Amino acid sequence: MTDGSTPPRFIPDRLRTRKTRILHSWEILLLAVAIAIFVINSLASPYFLNAWNLSDATFNFTEKAMIAFAMALLIISGEIDLSVAAIIALASTAMGFAAQYGAGTPELVAIGLVVGLLCGVFNAIFVTILGLPSIVVTIGTMSLFRGISYIVLGDEAFRGYPASFAWFGQGYLFWVFTVELALFAVIAVIYGVLLHKTNFGRAIYAIGNNPTAALFSGIRVQRVKFILFLLTGLMSGVAAICLTSRLGSTRPSIAQGMELEVVTMVVLGGVSILGGSGSIPGVVIAAFVMGLVTFGLGLLNVPGIVMSIFIGLLLIGVIALPRLWTMAAAKRGRT
Amino acid sequence: MSVLKKVMASAALAATMASAPAIAQDDVRIALVVKALGIGFFEAAAKGAEEAAEELGNVEIIYTGPTDTTAEGQIEVINALIAQNVDAIAISANDTDALVPALKKAMNRGITVISWDSGVAAEGRQLHLNPSSNALIGNMIIKLAADHLPDGGDVAVLSATTTSTNQNIWIEEMTKVMGEYPGINVVTTVYGDDLADKSYREATGLMQSYPDLDAIIAPTSVGIVAAAQAVVDAGKVGEVNVTGLGLPSEMAGAIESGASQSFAIWNPIDLGYSATMLAYQLAANDVVAEPGADIPMGRMGTLTLDENTEGAMADPFVYDASNIEEFKSIF
Repeated sequence: MTDGSTPPRFIPDRLRTRKTRILHSWEILLLAVAIAIFVINSLASPYFLNAWNLSDATFNFTEKAMIAFAMALLIISGEIDLSVAAIIALASTAMGFAAQYGAGTPELVAIGLVVGLLCGVFNAIFVTILGLPSIVVTIGTMSLFRGISYIVLGDEAFRGYPASFAWFGQGYLFWVFTVELALFAVIAVIYGVLLHKTNFGRAIYAIGNNPTAALFSGIRVQRVKFILFLLTGLMSGVAAICLTSRLGSTRPSIAQGMELEVVTMVVLGGVSILGGSGSIPGVVIAAFVMGLVTFGLGLLNVPGIVMSIFIGLLLIGVIALPRLWTMAAAKRGRT
Repeated sequence: MSVLKKVMASAALAATMASAPAIAQDDVRIALVVKALGIGFFEAAAKGAEEAAEELGNVEIIYTGPTDTTAEGQIEVINALIAQNVDAIAISANDTDALVPALKKAMNRGITVISWDSGVAAEGRQLHLNPSSNALIGNMIIKLAADHLPDGGDVAVLSATTTSTNQNIWIEEMTKVMGEYPGINVVTTVYGDDLADKSYREATGLMQSYPDLDAIIAPTSVGIVAAAQAVVDAGKVGEVNVTGLGLPSEMAGAIESGASQSFAIWNPIDLGYSATMLAYQLAANDVVAEPGADIPMGRMGTLTLDENTEGAMADPFVYDASNIEEFKSIF
């Protein structure tokens, strides 16, 4: 263990000893950014502060955030899943296929979840049992899962979902609170408890920091990772249900490119892309930041490319800031 | 900490301030939503929309679209437009079906919704503007050949594949109006399968089989370019005129060499202009888009809606030496 008196060097142990403090400040900083964006948006557009408009805006992030929670756990453990958007495409295609044969809403939900779960198991087998790198495996399954959708659908679309199926993506629980927003909140709490309040959550951090040490401490590393891939697949299935219900149709191009937005959200939330640190509250705030930024810029009719640039800058900023911060603090505060 | 906060906040401020438009509430605000920004065809359509806005006077055009051609991206754009309570949305859709729930919501909130170029399913819009119709295209391709053959002559058709639905319908429509072009004789139809090399060989074969051939009609953008090249290579520029449907950027060389006198395709400027005019009529003048309705669209005449509330804008636009320079950089 090193403490602050040694010169700054990039070693994971350092990050870990000061983790609580850094993470604490990190979330406060992110929250400040979110509030700043909220205030700026309110000043810049007269349409921003409207309950219904803000309710519509939540669709910009709810589905992505559902996956982001599971992805956060996976990235903290030192793995990644880039096939999540393709899992959505495959799960949605399976649901559309079943809907053609008259499947009702409960069956469709079950199919969406099961397909998501199976895709997660498929990834998990390659990574945890065959020991292949997750980034390579999931880049492969990304093409595989979406490829199956393209084979089934070609340039066609599945329509004809039962009317009650629209509840998930278009329904409201009460007043302006959508079903998706409620789901988002429930899932956030579940993952927050799982990561921060359980032994399983501690094990994820341990694995991310040092898998070998974790193994020698009696943590069943491969089993934990297996479960995390499975959860990511399952959450992709949940997102597939919401997105399909919101669009009311399925095309193989559904959710194209969403995996990068999910990873962006996780990293923006303060999860270290190298694994070992991060928190669910951070991801929740990051989801709101991304949703507010895209919606706010959309209200001003800022072209999409400028939005991408802005999100990109935000991301680079948040990755660079902790490093700069640590370096500055080490230089200044140790006298 | 506070310095960092300031940096982040001012970055956000700069990004939002840079493009904050002045909002004039009494204007009719029409959003022209395209498949993706940065595509020449749609930039040209936006130019047409601005032209219509200038003509109408009290119209503000919001030209917008996602970064890449996804339905989800367009839905985010639509939600932002609903929130701004725009008066009309005119959209070229990335997905016929997926946009329907979002556009229905827009219509429920009193926003006029029309689709143009690439349509939305009927329940998600009030009308759809097609650039042209099969009958107009069929007539145009034979007219292009006939215009340069005042004394009549032999023409051949170079199509895509035998099963290409669009091309088959256009050739059928062309056959129907042949009576209006006396002296023009269609000698044969060959198929280049929309492959450049096969189209080239078929065009070369045509010139060998019919030494007196006066024109080749290729109602496909691949075939027309290949045929023009075949004519140049055979040294028959001036004898055989290649015409049909093509893209200005690909056909500029053929026009320059004289292998093609003229060809046709939709004009994106007219399309954006007409879409804006139609959206304005529905949003500001309480015109109802119902089957059989005739809706005026400024210099482009009127749009007659069929039973699916779709209409065809005009004849395909003719491109020749006089305007190819202007359009070849657009699409």
